Amino acid sequence: MDEVLNVFSVEAREQLEAMESGLMQLEQGDRDPETINAVFRAAHTIKGGAGVVEIHSVEKFTHVLENVLDRLRNGEIEVSGEMISALLLGCDHIGVLLDLVAGGQMEADADTARAGADISEQLKPFLGQRKAEAGKLTEAESDVQREDSAAAVNDCWHISLRFGRNVLKNGMDPLAFLRYLLNLGEIANMATLTDALPDADEMDPELCYLGFEISFRSHASKAAIERVFDFCRDDCELHILPPNSKVEEFLGLIEALPEETMRLGEILVKSGALTREELDTGLKRQSTAKVGADGTAPLPPLGNILIQQNSVQPEIVEAAAAKQKTVSEKKAAEASLIRIHADKLDQLIDLVGELVIAGASANLLAKKSGEATLVEATSVLSRLVESIRDSALQLRMVQIGETFNRFHRVARDVSKELNKEIELVINGAETELDKSVVEKIGDPLMHLVRNAMDHGIESAAVRAAAGKPVRGRVELNAFHDSGSIVIEVVDDGGGLNKDRIQAKAIEKGVIQAGETLSDQEVVNLIFEPGFSTVEKVTNLSGRGVGMDVVRKNITALRGSVDVRTEPSAGSRFTIRLPLTLAIIDGFLTGVGKASYVIPLDMVIECIELADTSANRDYINLRGEVLPFVRLRELFEVSGERPTRENVVVVQYAGQKAGIVVDQLLGEFQTVIKPLGTLFRNMRGIGGSTILGSGEVALILDVQALVSRSAMAEEQKARATQGGRLLEAHGA
Amino acid sequence: MGQVIQQAPAVRGKPPTVVTGSAVDIQQYLTFLLSGEMYAVGILNVKEIIEYGQLTEIPMMPAFIRGVINLRGSVVPVIDLSARFGGRTTETSRRTCIVIIELVHEDEHHDIGIVVDAVSEVLEVSSADIEPAPSFGAKIRADFIAGMGKIAGKFVIILDIQKVLSVDEIATLATVSDRGAQTTAGV
Repeated sequence: MDEVLNVFSVEAREQLEAMESGLMQLEQGDRDPETINAVFRAAHTIKGGAGVVEIHSVEKFTHVLENVLDRLRNGEIEVSGEMISALLLGCDHIGVLLDLVAGGQMEADADTARAGADISEQLKPFLGQRKAEAGKLTEAESDVQREDSAAAVNDCWHISLRFGRNVLKNGMDPLAFLRYLLNLGEIANMATLTDALPDADEMDPELCYLGFEISFRSHASKAAIERVFDFCRDDCELHILPPNSKVEEFLGLIEALPEETMRLGEILVKSGALTREELDTGLKRQSTAKVGADGTAPLPPLGNILIQQNSVQPEIVEAAAAKQKTVSEKKAAEASLIRIHADKLDQLIDLVGELVIAGASANLLAKKSGEATLVEATSVLSRLVESIRDSALQLRMVQIGETFNRFHRVARDVSKELNKEIELVINGAETELDKSVVEKIGDPLMHLVRNAMDHGIESAAVRAAAGKPVRGRVELNAFHDSGSIVIEVVDDGGGLNKDRIQAKAIEKGVIQAGETLSDQEVVNLIFEPGFSTVEKVTNLSGRGVGMDVVRKNITALRGSVDVRTEPSAGSRFTIRLPLTLAIIDGFLTGVGKASYVIPLDMVIECIELADTSANRDYINLRGEVLPFVRLRELFEVSGERPTRENVVVVQYAGQKAGIVVDQLLGEFQTVIKPLGTLFRNMRGIGGSTILGSGEVALILDVQALVSRSAMAEEQKARATQGGRLLEAHGA
Repeated sequence: MGQVIQQAPAVRGKPPTVVTGSAVDIQQYLTFLLSGEMYAVGILNVKEIIEYGQLTEIPMMPAFIRGVINLRGSVVPVIDLSARFGGRTTETSRRTCIVIIELVHEDEHHDIGIVVDAVSEVLEVSSADIEPAPSFGAKIRADFIAGMGKIAGKFVIILDIQKVLSVDEIATLATVSDRGAQTTAGV
């Protein structure tokens, strides 16, 4: 796809999103004209863009949407549920068309075209009424105006007309123009100006000396009125001032103009307050004024000239000028944002990663050399590198709100489909996280949200019987917690049915009958592959691939997912994700010859492992029981234990644990290098990094390590009880 | 001649598994020693050969995964071929090398290092001199062998490196070993 198409497709998608969110707001009862305008503008921009890059399928289809929206904007039709649904379908269809374009297919295939035609058909009712209803509306409007005008003659177009001397000689009859004017409306008042008449002896009967001041009542546009005088335009002086009621209208129109950089004159012409002819004369006057002032004095503003010229009222000029100013300000704000290709950003982050590693190695060498000035220089350098790293990573941070907002649409569609009333509440939309994480979290979140609506929220009848509000509530929360981001999907539905989960797990062979599991373990069974409790496979969920895929995707992001549930009060799915996938602050430790990195955000403190007499894997941490994992044992590192061992106290998801290592080597900026597909199933190691010495060090996945040793211990306990099959517990 | 040219792209990146027709196709192979035995891999899969050293072991992995090395900033896993073929792990000596092999798996390029006792030379073997793999007797899995090359009157095992370093298989083996560790710890 070439560059222009690419830009168009990206922008169109953004506009589509804007349209969708605007439509959702409208449906929720927002009647702010600005919202309608925003939706209209979005559609208009898509259409315009599609026209420019010549994707006619999109252009044509969007045109239909735009028409409906235009009528909505003009207040000709009311917002209704069906209309929003049809419009949303229309948005989806544009999305499909854009997908086709992205795939190199410029025109829709037969199926898509048919789908598009269907949607257009659905939108017809909102267009079809145009003639009937619109006719009615204008009629009503004109009634009102007529009353107004009866009260105040003021509310008329004011046409001031001075015929040129040679009109008659040129074969025109001024009267004919006035008569023709009557086709457009009625003349409320007319004063004939005779001041120009010379004395009788000087008067040339073949010349015209007359002028007219006309109050003209009409619904015609200014341009239409001007056109009446087309033939004598060159011979006469014509000023048309709009009636007062029109002034309001012009102000509205100026306000509603698309946000493009335009000259003042263009704004006025577009809104209809000024005709092209008048603008041209005005501009001509402006330039002659310049010549007159020897080019030294600044040009008189066009607005002033136009007012002097009696073409427009001052307030319209003011409004247009204000509009011009806001547009240019907005343009300035837009200009401060640059679109960057994500690849370029990734490349930058990679380079910064290399820089960090190279810096570490320079640091190491400087320390070895023992030269004070060199050490100082490298430490300054490494501080700078750290700032560069932080700002580079900041570039990739985006707010999660964008991802969350998609779910408004999902909530709406799902609740319609399931016939449940569901409200979606979003908290912490401004929480930032790495773009690469955001991209990958969408699908798992979608599963969870749909599940919460489908399985979590009960039907209205059940809810009413349980004394709960009929309207179900699904919350999406995001917040930061000790170096990770936490995303919660909370519903106030029936909660997970533990008995049913257990029964199903036995039936599916996930666990053995008679196995005793803690409540938490039972609940977590829903993340096992091939598990689904709902008998009826719905369109939304229940295919049994949902939850394990969710867990797999989240684990792939070095995150975790957990569920808490309360019978008849609802469930809470908690996803924890690392803030970034690229570079973290690490804490370097050594076991034997190898080095391991623990994410610094998780480290609380380090203490000496003093009392190792008892054969127990816990210590007394100021009165607290702290279980620990011996890395040496877990990793089967050969060699003697050193005399002093250290415990790194880590915290994860509110739990504390200790990790016993040989040496503490201090903080270390860790550039995460993935270990690759070969090690994709590995648990306990989160990735690798390169040390200043060029060696590879492994990054510990603390949570997996702890749960692994917990599981190993549990299995040991069961095995010694002569217990059940180990197989039953799976991994 | 035309036939040769036509066929060349088809076999690129992977040594021919079966000798087809009468077309004579000459391929280059890198030969190396492993536990006293000579093996060969298609040169097109070989990215580079580096000295053995600075290897970081990965805990909880089967023995044939030696660990990872830093190859100019990217982390590359290293496989012990001898252990992969079911033998002992390779003892390192002065001549021990790591051959970096480039593989394509699911449209992604993977670099994997293999530990060999010594690298010998690059040889040209015509497809006429490649015999199909014996069904048994080579002491390594038959599907690892792409063919038997006749070089100076001796047979050299030409490895089907895609199979030997199958990413899926190794990843699965790694998990099994991981579970095994758990079970042994448990019992």
